[in-house]
Amino acid sequence: MKLPDAEKLCEQLAAELRPRIGPQSAMIGLYTGGAWLAERLHKLLEMKSPLGLMDIAFYRDDYAARGLKHDPKRTKIPFDVNGSDLLLVDDVLYSGRTVRAAMNELFDYGRPASISLVVLADRGGRQLPICAQHCGARVEVPAGMRLTLKQEGTKLVFALEPDRAA
Amino acid sequence: MLRDPQLNANGELQHLLSIEGLPREVLVQILDTAESFAGVTEREVKKVPLLRGKSVFNLFFEPSTRTRTTFEIAAKRLSADVINLNIAVSSQSKGESLLDTVANLSAMQADIFVVRHASSGAPFLIARHVKPHEHVINAGDGRHAHPTQGLLDLFTIRHYKKDFTRLTVAVIGDVLHSRVARSLIHGLTTLGAPEVRVIAPQTLLPSGVEALGVRVFHDMRAGLKDCDVVVMLRLQNERMGGALLPSAQEYFKSYGLTADKLHLARPDAIVMHPGPMNRGVEIDSTVADGPHSVILPQVTFGIAVRMAVMSIVAGN
Repeated sequence: MKLPDAEKLCEQLAAELRPRIGPQSAMIGLYTGGAWLAERLHKLLEMKSPLGLMDIAFYRDDYAARGLKHDPKRTKIPFDVNGSDLLLVDDVLYSGRTVRAAMNELFDYGRPASISLVVLADRGGRQLPICAQHCGARVEVPAGMRLTLKQEGTKLVFALEPDRAA
Repeated sequence: MLRDPQLNANGELQHLLSIEGLPREVLVQILDTAESFAGVTEREVKKVPLLRGKSVFNLFFEPSTRTRTTFEIAAKRLSADVINLNIAVSSQSKGESLLDTVANLSAMQADIFVVRHASSGAPFLIARHVKPHEHVINAGDGRHAHPTQGLLDLFTIRHYKKDFTRLTVAVIGDVLHSRVARSLIHGLTTLGAPEVRVIAPQTLLPSGVEALGVRVFHDMRAGLKDCDVVVMLRLQNERMGGALLPSAQEYFKSYGLTADKLHLARPDAIVMHPGPMNRGVEIDSTVADGPHSVILPQVTFGIAVRMAVMSIVAGN
């Protein structure tokens, strides 16, 4: 099946977000794919506040079943979350559980004025009442497969791989 | 082949009993995870929900302040409930056996036992008898091991020196009685430190210490030359039977770390000490409080390392 062009979607998202960037705007990317995308968007939008990066490993809801993942990255939020209009960036929106975990972690840093969710692709299959305010594309993904973002050199590309968690 | 009692069938860490025998990947996983937890300990809400609903029992059959407190803080920052038992003045003094004590606590729905015991091997004994969902962490057993101290030492070294593969590390003092030294030496060799030295009088070295892969020095000045990391050990008066040393003053003269001796190490050398320090016995105050000292950061890092160990074992 043909996957959308991640590079093109990234530029479209930047164009969509540009008019919404204000003085309180800040961005946080979720490791790993969301962090790559956020790095891109943050640059394209020439945002003033530094970029935040978050690993939600310590807030996952499947810790009891799966344990801790092997290489959690250190969450770095180099700005004051309180009162900010946050753009939370992830590569693929699926069950919504990652976003739930990210919001829980965020509130341990402070109380943002607002949070908007930005994703490159929405593959449906939500298990929680979460939706993206800014979405590059809707993508049908065959059962048992996982849609992921990869970095090939400096290029972002989508890939399909068997879902080991399924 | 007999399986390491610390690892489950998938080779994952189920209990932390000793650094000896732990594969490199597991050590690196603990250090990497601790690095992420170090970020948590720097923010305003220093708590994550990982161990919500779990009970951590601190079983200290030997007195300890720093280790017990940092385990308690670590468990609380993981949102676990912590129960501190000072066994020295409790059931054991009434004659209860170690395994009976543990069985009773298990009946109170324990998830993690943090154990300090004067007898080498006590945490191993407990680990063999606990239920599959229960985990044991060794917080120091006799002269044998103190793996979380070893890990926090490794974390500290990696934090300041980045890479183990070019380091010269000196461990100085009472190696004979030190479970900290043993744990650290095993960790350093597993992570590829090319030169680990021990510096001590013959009477404070275990026989056959060279088998651990270390170079032995009796002359402190020769041993300190060009070291990147200097680890001082506490002179363990309470474990010393017989006359192993002439006097504390004599010891300080030969094996106490002074600014003058530290000059022989590399200019960017770091000085570590597992605490509690005997100032004027193994280390001079000017060094303990000086620019090379990372003794207090060690304590802070110890919390993140213990968070990492608890969250890894409880998830496996």
